[in-house]
Amino acid sequence: MATLIDRDAVQDLVKQGAQLVEVLPAQEYAEDHLPGAVSHPLRQLDKEVDEIDRRRPVIVYCWDAA
Amino acid sequence: MAPRAAARLESLGFIEVLEYTAGKLDWLAAGLPTEGENSTRPRAGDASRKDVVVCGLKDRLGDVRDRATEVDWDVAVVIDENRLVLGLLRAKQLEMDPNLLVEQAMRPGPSTFRTYVPIKEMADYMVEHELDNAPITTSNGKLVGVLFKSDAIGLAASASAAARRMITAPRPG
Repeated sequence: MATLIDRDAVQDLVKQGAQLVEVLPAQEYAEDHLPGAVSHPLRQLDKEVDEIDRRRPVIVYCWDAA
Repeated sequence: MAPRAAARLESLGFIEVLEYTAGKLDWLAAGLPTEGENSTRPRAGDASRKDVVVCGLKDRLGDVRDRATEVDWDVAVVIDENRLVLGLLRAKQLEMDPNLLVEQAMRPGPSTFRTYVPIKEMADYMVEHELDNAPITTSNGKLVGVLFKSDAIGLAASASAAARRMITAPRPG
């Protein structure tokens, strides 16, 4: 199961080389995303998975915890 | 959505998967920078006026009205010592008996709006709900400024509607 992290941990881990993946629809990514994040909407994740670096930690996020 | 994405990545063999549970809303609420179309457009916090007429619960209404009149405002925000929004005095309340205390006249628990809401969404909301002005606060309720409908409409003129709506429901305080 994925490790749950907060905002401070996101910032620390990104500095250490973690990659940020937004899984919301692409239009929402186009409007606003975290600095340096890439867009891989949930429905396209299987098709695009090879674009994600398996050697680095992956932080996924969406809109909120709901 | 993020939990499912994280689970799928793990099932596909990713070793170190982490989930930022509070997500983009938390990031925006903290006032941290973002990238994307909205990052170059004003948001409610940017467009709000900061020279707000503020007052305390025990102030005399007539004194607040005088201060508002001096700067040609028809709204004053009632705050506590930490700038938490407690109430609002619109034109109707400002015209009440000047000897009342603010707390006797104010509209308690007014709807407030967050700094990160794109100006287009604010403008549309204010038109739809006939709001001439709206208090803008941090996510923990501290006053940032007051957004005027005329300012919002002017700044939103060239913006298109966003996919993500950020005003969820009126938020007391």
